Amino acid sequence: MAQALEADPSVEMILGLGTGEPRVPLERTEFVRADQTYSILNRIVRVTQVDTIVHTFLKTNSVGISGRMLHEINVIGTLNLLAAAGAPGSSVRQVVVKSSTHIYGASEKDPTWFREDTRRNAPVRTRLEGSLIEVEALVRDFIVDNPHLVVSVLRFANVLGTDIVTPISIGLRRRLLPCIAGFDPLVQFVEEDDVVRSLEFVTHHRIPGTFNVAGAGKLPWSEVASIAGARLFPLSPIGTHSAAAPFRWVGLIQVPVEMESVMRFGRGVDTSRLVDSGFTYRYTSAGAVESFTRANNLRRSVGGSDPGYRYEQDVEQFFRHSPAVVRGSEG
Amino acid sequence: MPSALPVVAPHEEIPPLSDPRRSDVDEWGRSEHIRSITRRLYDPIYKYWFRVEWEGLEKIPTTGGALMVANHAGAIPSDAPAIMHGIEKELGRPVYGMADYFFRTVPVVGTLWARTGGLPAHPDNAYRLLHDQGQLALVFPEGTKGPSKTYSDRYRLRRFGRGGFVEIAMRSGVPVIPIAVVGAEESMPILFRMNGLAKTLNLPYFPVTANDFVFGPILGKVAYFPVKMKFRVLDPVTFDVDPGLERYSKSRVMDEAEQIRAKLQDTIHDMLRERRSVWFG
Repeated sequence: MAQALEADPSVEMILGLGTGEPRVPLERTEFVRADQTYSILNRIVRVTQVDTIVHTFLKTNSVGISGRMLHEINVIGTLNLLAAAGAPGSSVRQVVVKSSTHIYGASEKDPTWFREDTRRNAPVRTRLEGSLIEVEALVRDFIVDNPHLVVSVLRFANVLGTDIVTPISIGLRRRLLPCIAGFDPLVQFVEEDDVVRSLEFVTHHRIPGTFNVAGAGKLPWSEVASIAGARLFPLSPIGTHSAAAPFRWVGLIQVPVEMESVMRFGRGVDTSRLVDSGFTYRYTSAGAVESFTRANNLRRSVGGSDPGYRYEQDVEQFFRHSPAVVRGSEG
Repeated sequence: MPSALPVVAPHEEIPPLSDPRRSDVDEWGRSEHIRSITRRLYDPIYKYWFRVEWEGLEKIPTTGGALMVANHAGAIPSDAPAIMHGIEKELGRPVYGMADYFFRTVPVVGTLWARTGGLPAHPDNAYRLLHDQGQLALVFPEGTKGPSKTYSDRYRLRRFGRGGFVEIAMRSGVPVIPIAVVGAEESMPILFRMNGLAKTLNLPYFPVTANDFVFGPILGKVAYFPVKMKFRVLDPVTFDVDPGLERYSKSRVMDEAEQIRAKLQDTIHDMLRERRSVWFG
């Protein structure tokens, strides 16, 4: 994302906020280390007089993280961010928030395609989904309280691509994809390039609203494995969570709890709202899987350094710097 | 659709995206490849066991969407596959069978149901299928009330719900085409139901059929009696309303649904009057 913004000449300055070092080469992005809830965000906003915040730090899968941590990062982090953006005298004019299609859940009662205003049917049973719902509720309130701001929420489907590491990509890389015996649901993916491009598109064109972001089309779970050259690892359809537990424990497969219902019923989100606003995708759902597979094949043949760009763990917030840093404004 | 979104001029012409699919499974889960295999397997049953006869098949359009509705019967209904098979075979176009979302929860069978054109009867699905894609959809307005009837209630059409199918057809701007079915009732007639067992197994009903007594309890759930099946297609029903509206007059919808139900009921009685034998027509 930082690289994309660096390429945009209308962006004067970029500031990244994160808990770790940036993992990609950056030229004109300044970087500040912060804690996970960015309590220092308020001060930074005031000092740098930024006018745009792109909030990509939301965790969109629950692997390796406790429910409490999920809540801290997603909900408390967003609270702090929105507080900084909406503070009286704040220079912020635009906020872009990353969300996830996990907010829709997956149940047998679902329509084949979720539009942005379609209600979820599945009961909220996972911490991740609960936190996403809370975050979007906070954003909705924020919009009502701050009508002068441009606020965009992007709900991303599962991401696959050349560099990104996700629970699904780990399984595909190991050539072992867990599945639920007897079920072959249709799923969607978004390619990681399209993720960055869509964030950049909405930021650059200042487009308010909530948008589903996913590659066109759906494909069967078994076909995902087939494209990536992976074998399916069937889990019992009854008591799936417990059946997966021993394998999850020894690290053979990764099945974040919010994926269990997706592996049973699949999920599709309608993307026409973003497309109608002028965005063009470069990859379909199957294309995203193929993009990952080609990169993976190369990695296997050539081997070697693989930074494993984990964008969920990076906090990248890019601020557009207005004419001058206001010194002495820190209060 | 209202659009308050700022619209950005789309980028220059880019070539169509490559979609590296390996199977022909469409967005609804249907695979023409798998469907043609099941048609080949089912064809002997269609031709020799049920000896299906159609009347009025020409009333079903060869292009464009239509919502076909039929009466529903048989403990495990035999009418849906037969209707879908007949239309796909004679007209050469796919038929999507809309049924209860319950099927999605069943392993293996649920997946096969989807691959052969089954999908849940959600209004959003119906609108997209009929209006956006102009496909043929088959729905049974009696729902599970039809097949769960006992033999003594045979051919007495249950209430067509709240007429949801009419509203779907109105909104999608497609006609409703009623199809009267004779024969399914006797293919697997229910003698009585076991409600306790149904609850335990999480099924809408648990039937005990004459087939169970003839073929045994296990085989009886898959072996149908060789009844003669007859389908009569009635004239398409169109509604002089605007498509795409949020709401339609409830009373108008229920009226139309009841009229269609009555027409089907009359046609069925006609066909039964003409029928001389359950097995030979």
